[in-house]
Order: sequence, then structure tokens, then C-alpha cells
Amino acid sequence: MEFILQNFFNWDIVTQAWPLLLRGFGMTLILMAAVIPVGCIGGLTVALLGQSRFRAVRWLTIIYVDFFRAFPPLVLLIFIYAGLPFAGIDLPAIVSVCLAFLLNSSAYYGEVFRAGIESVGTGQAEAARSTGLSGFQTTTYVVLPQAIRNVLPDLVSNTLEVAKLTSLASVVALPELLYSADMARSVTFNATPIVMAAVLYLVLLWPLVRLLSRIEHRSMGSR
Amino acid sequence: MNADITQWDRFLASFFDLAVMQKYLPDIVDGFLLTCHLAILIVISGLVLGLILAVIRAYEFWLTSWLIVVFADVMRALPPLVFILLLYFGLPGVGLNLSGYAATYVTLTLVLAAFSEEIFRAGILATPKGQWEAARSTGLGFGQSLAYVIMPQAIRMTVPPLTNRTIAIAKNTALGTVVGVGEILNQATTGQSFSGNASPLVLGALAYLILFIPVVVFGRWVETRFAWRRT
Repeated sequence: MEFILQNFFNWDIVTQAWPLLLRGFGMTLILMAAVIPVGCIGGLTVALLGQSRFRAVRWLTIIYVDFFRAFPPLVLLIFIYAGLPFAGIDLPAIVSVCLAFLLNSSAYYGEVFRAGIESVGTGQAEAARSTGLSGFQTTTYVVLPQAIRNVLPDLVSNTLEVAKLTSLASVVALPELLYSADMARSVTFNATPIVMAAVLYLVLLWPLVRLLSRIEHRSMGSR
Repeated sequence: MNADITQWDRFLASFFDLAVMQKYLPDIVDGFLLTCHLAILIVISGLVLGLILAVIRAYEFWLTSWLIVVFADVMRALPPLVFILLLYFGLPGVGLNLSGYAATYVTLTLVLAAFSEEIFRAGILATPKGQWEAARSTGLGFGQSLAYVIMPQAIRMTVPPLTNRTIAIAKNTALGTVVGVGEILNQATTGQSFSGNASPLVLGALAYLILFIPVVVFGRWVETRFAWRRT
């Protein structure tokens, strides 16, 4: 027991590592605040392009979505971070991370929004157009609000995944929460900082998990 | 014009150097096979464990239900990479040495179990109550009703979300590279740093596409097929 406390819940190390981890946590929050909206907007764009009148555009979005869903996000990140310099494009870690997230999560969000848009009956858009709304107005005021409500559980679930994915940025030495924790671990030879990082992630994301469980059960029950 | 050609040549030489590709192809193939069998092991054990947990939870005994909820919440809220590092660097401190392979396997199995337990659970809850009552009234016990009447219907309902989740977690085998598992990404980055050339990365990317494009397309097919059946 003593042994476990010593290795996982060492109070001395908690007090030492705390400032470093807190800074990492701040970076993680910034990262989430950057990549979640970027992914959402990218995904919405992909989904709307997927509804295009032109068959070629629709096919291209399907290829885009499947291509980036087939790549594990870490592979995409490493490819951008370690591969692009060979093409003479040297991106800072944070830009690499944002670019990888844009490509990866716009594909996932795109699928979610697509399902949502397709769940709204065509009669809705037709009715909206016949009242004199433009195509743009129809999409923003009639189709999208219903689409988003219909896929809310998937939207929350995807956001949770994106939030967790920010931990991958540690692999390209971006000093976010996990990276800071791993630094502290390698200096102290003790797993306590990683436990601290886990606790911080739990504090941040557990409410989202609870919310997800609640709305997921409600939506399956109503079916 | 001339400068353009040399730049293009340089691009080809850094990303599609055939000699480098040939040299590292066997390593990438090794990584490919390792990714495949690690992913298959995770999918099988994760889904089986998730199903077992969902069945236990269906009995609604407060202590087990509570433990399962805590387990599922924690594994769903934690980034898997955090858990991998925790197992890999933390357990040796208490005298348990886990290889990178084992740490990745255990982590992703538990994550898949947590997600699939929740999905199976939602399927069980969504099965109409009348099905339970009818099954029980024919004289089936609780366990029999669950096994022969409820689960077959619940599992069918859960196929699309389960497929997507399983694919996402299988792709996470790439996280193993961080703790030195010689899967595709690891072989590719090792090859890249030894050769000072990006061609092994391109090979690795191709390996992932060969492996996962069919899986993603299959997932899309499952989704439309089962959605069609539901209506």
C-alpha cells in the first residue's frame, strides 16, 4: 500500500509538479478552444459540400471523408509534423496540430452533420423555399437547427473524442497537459504526474461523458 | 522552367525514393502484420468484455452496476494515451513490468469494453418492455429472456454505432508507437529517421490506407444497411 502511494500518489511530487501541470492544462484548454470550433466549421463545410448539386463535388467530399477517416489521427499528425519539412514546409508544432485536427475532425464532424441534414425531410426545405426564403436562409434557419438537434448525441460524442485527441499533441512536443506530465515523470522517475494529468482530464471531461450518457439513452429510447 | 524540374525531382527523391522504399518495405510489412493482429485481439477481447459487462449490468445489482458505471465513465473520459503511459511507466514502480505491446493492448481493450458496454446497454434499454414481459410469461428465466429474446434484438440495434466505435479504436493501435510497439507508424518513423528521407512515411501512410479504407467503406455500408432496416 505504502508502495502504491509512493509511486502513484506521492504528495511531494504533486506539490513540485503542480505549476508545470497547471501550465500544461492551460495549453490543453487553449488547444481545445482552437481545434473544436475549427473542426466543427470544417465539418459543416464538408457536409454542405456533400449536398451539392454537382455529382463530382459530392463524390470528392465522400473521398475526402473516407480518406481522412482511414488515417489514424496520430499518423496524420506525424506525417504533417515530420513529413512536410522534407517538402520544404516547416510548420511549428501548434500549426501542425491544428492542421492535422482540421483534416481529421472535419471528416468526422462532416459525417455527423451529413447524417443530420439527411434526417431533415426534403419537405422542410421545399416549404421554406416556397415561403420566399433564399437557399442560404433555408439552410441556416430551417434545415440546420433541426439537423443539429437530431444528431446532438453524435455531436457531443465527437466533441469528446476531439477533446481527448488533443493529448496527441504531446507526441510532437507541444507542451500541453500530457506532455508536461510526461516531462515531470521523466525527471522525477515517478508516475504521480501522469496520475495528476489523468485526474485533470477526468475533472474536465467527466461532465461531458455524463451528459453524453444522458442524451444517448434518451435518443435510443425515443426511437 | 529548369528550376521547377529540379524542385519536382527533389520532391520525388524525398517522398518517393524507390531504393529507400524497397529497403524499408519489409519493416513496414512487419508493422502491418503487427497492427493487424493487435487490432484483431483488441476488437475481440474488447467487445466480449463489453458484452459481459452489459449483461452483468442488466441484472441491476447496485454494487456491480455502480462499479461498471465508474469504470465506463473513467475509460471514456480519459485520453487513451494517458492510460497507456500510466500503465507503461507506472506499473514497473510497483514491480509489474508491462511491455509497450501489453500496455497498448490492455488500454484499448478496456476503452473498447467501456464504450461497447454503454452501447449494448443502450440497446438493451431500447428493447420494448413487452418483449421482456412476453419472454418471462412463457416461463423463461431472467437469464434466458436476456440471452434468447432481448440480446439478439439489442445487438442488431447496436451494430452501426458499435462498428464505428470499433473502427476508431482499432486505428488507435498507432498510439503504441509512443511506447515502442513496432507497428506501422513506429516502423515508418524509424525508417524515416534512419534514412533521412520521407519515403518510409509515405509507405506507412499507404499501409494504413490499404488496411483501413476497406474497413471505413464497410462501416459506411453497415450504417446504411441497418438504417434502412430500422425504418
